[in-house]
Amino acid sequence: MNDITKKLLSMISDISGEIKGAFNIREDGGCAGRQSTENVDIIPKVGQPGIDIIIKPNTKEKIYIPACVTKSNVDDLVYNDFYVGENSDVVIVAGCGVHTDGEEDSQHNGIHRFFISKNAKVRYEEKHVGIGEGTGKRIINPQTYIEMAENSYMEMDTVQIKGVDSTKRDSKAVLQANAKLVIKEKIMTHGEQYAETNFAVDLDGEDSGVDLISRSVARGTSKQMFRSVINGNTRCTGHSECDAIIMDKGVVSAIPELTANDIDAALIHEAAIGKIAGEQLIKLMTLGLTSEEAEAKIVEGFLK
Amino acid sequence: MLELKNISLSVEDEFTGNGQKEILRDVSLTIETGKLVVVTGPNGGGKSTMAKMIAGILKPNQGQILLDGEDVTDLDITQRATRGISFAFQQPVRFKGITVRDLINLASGREISDCEACGYLKEVGLCARDYIDREVNASLSGGEIKRIEIATVMARKTKLTIFDEPEAGIDLWSFNNLIDVFKNLRKEINGSMLIISHQERILDIADEIIVIADGKVMARGKKEEVLPELLREDCQYCVGGKGRRVVQ
Repeated sequence: MNDITKKLLSMISDISGEIKGAFNIREDGGCAGRQSTENVDIIPKVGQPGIDIIIKPNTKEKIYIPACVTKSNVDDLVYNDFYVGENSDVVIVAGCGVHTDGEEDSQHNGIHRFFISKNAKVRYEEKHVGIGEGTGKRIINPQTYIEMAENSYMEMDTVQIKGVDSTKRDSKAVLQANAKLVIKEKIMTHGEQYAETNFAVDLDGEDSGVDLISRSVARGTSKQMFRSVINGNTRCTGHSECDAIIMDKGVVSAIPELTANDIDAALIHEAAIGKIAGEQLIKLMTLGLTSEEAEAKIVEGFLK
Repeated sequence: MLELKNISLSVEDEFTGNGQKEILRDVSLTIETGKLVVVTGPNGGGKSTMAKMIAGILKPNQGQILLDGEDVTDLDITQRATRGISFAFQQPVRFKGITVRDLINLASGREISDCEACGYLKEVGLCARDYIDREVNASLSGGEIKRIEIATVMARKTKLTIFDEPEAGIDLWSFNNLIDVFKNLRKEINGSMLIISHQERILDIADEIIVIADGKVMARGKKEEVLPELLREDCQYCVGGKGRRVVQ
């Protein structure tokens, strides 16, 4: 594992020193370390890049699957499939860091599929960062596909705060009876960056529910697009929320698409886009902060 | 000591679109160090505008504001805050993601201990454990956010603290405590306080009462001199509010 990978890992996860439990660290398209445990099997795929992560029923563990790109001119594509056994309760720390040192772009395209069995509980953390002095663009395009069986629960926390020039996130989920999915996304873009998020959720099982929450800040001349598609196909609840602060000449679009295919489907979308409220700045200034400090504090809190 | 000298403010008349509307006309007053002054008068009379002007949120067209002899008229909000002016809003601002702890830390200018934060919250009748890490967002009730606002300015401990209608939105239970909060705050920081209020019980703890109506100072004097007239049904001080008591 090289030093840049170590630095990126510290930014995208709480990894430091020896990792207890199952992990797979991907570095520039190769494997920089892998460990299975009694309950979590990590097996490389045959015929395509990527791994299968097989989690036995009743497992309670934290699993690390980070990916790092440490130089320019890397075009990494990976397929990771997670099979989560019944009654498991696991935390999966993924995340991706891209470092460029030259003129060529580097990108990581991670395609993650989750097959979550009955009564299983998953917390999935994904942090994206870009660093390096190179002029090459740092590109991360994650795709997430989630199948949730009855009574399962998944919470997905995604954060992209710094340095990623372009990102297109596609997330799709299908929920069976009583399954609950919560997705929290936090994005900050600056300079000329572009970030696009597409959520598509099918609520197929009775009393299934989804909550999509996006908070974002667009500064400079950056652009963001937030699309959320929720299809309520039975008695279910769906909520999506896009809350964005625009600064400088930042642009944010929010496009909701809710379809209730059943009389008992209850779907809500909320979107609020605007600059920082003047009264918030004034309040913090009356506490002694300058307007710049107040602005920074408001953004920090908003994305906390 | 805070001095307002011949303060006037006119704004464009929003309703007619032509002409200027006078909000404050030639207001002069003094708040002596260590004194508790309550400003009252009918709604729309210019009380909040004057308070915002002292905090630097609004600028006068004419006149001067002096704090301990220093002309602060051209200083911005931050500069006045660092000179020792605190302002508790009538309608406190809500923030997504900023917690009660964050606000109290910002107000006191340092990271304060749980115990200290607990003290401020307890004084406004909130259980610190339930509130310290809560976001100051729309999930708080009007009464809760108002109490947090008061706790925040208490943590600043400045030489001049302004409260704009602290009783608004506060339930009866915390209203009783509010009076104690002002008394304690006064004892603790030994600074001046300016409270805008319609409440007789708040007026009753004032050293001095100032009545502002129609943009002008209509009366000013010791509580004993001003309060009895204010309690009359046809209080002569209250132009525009005549026939209605401004004090509840």
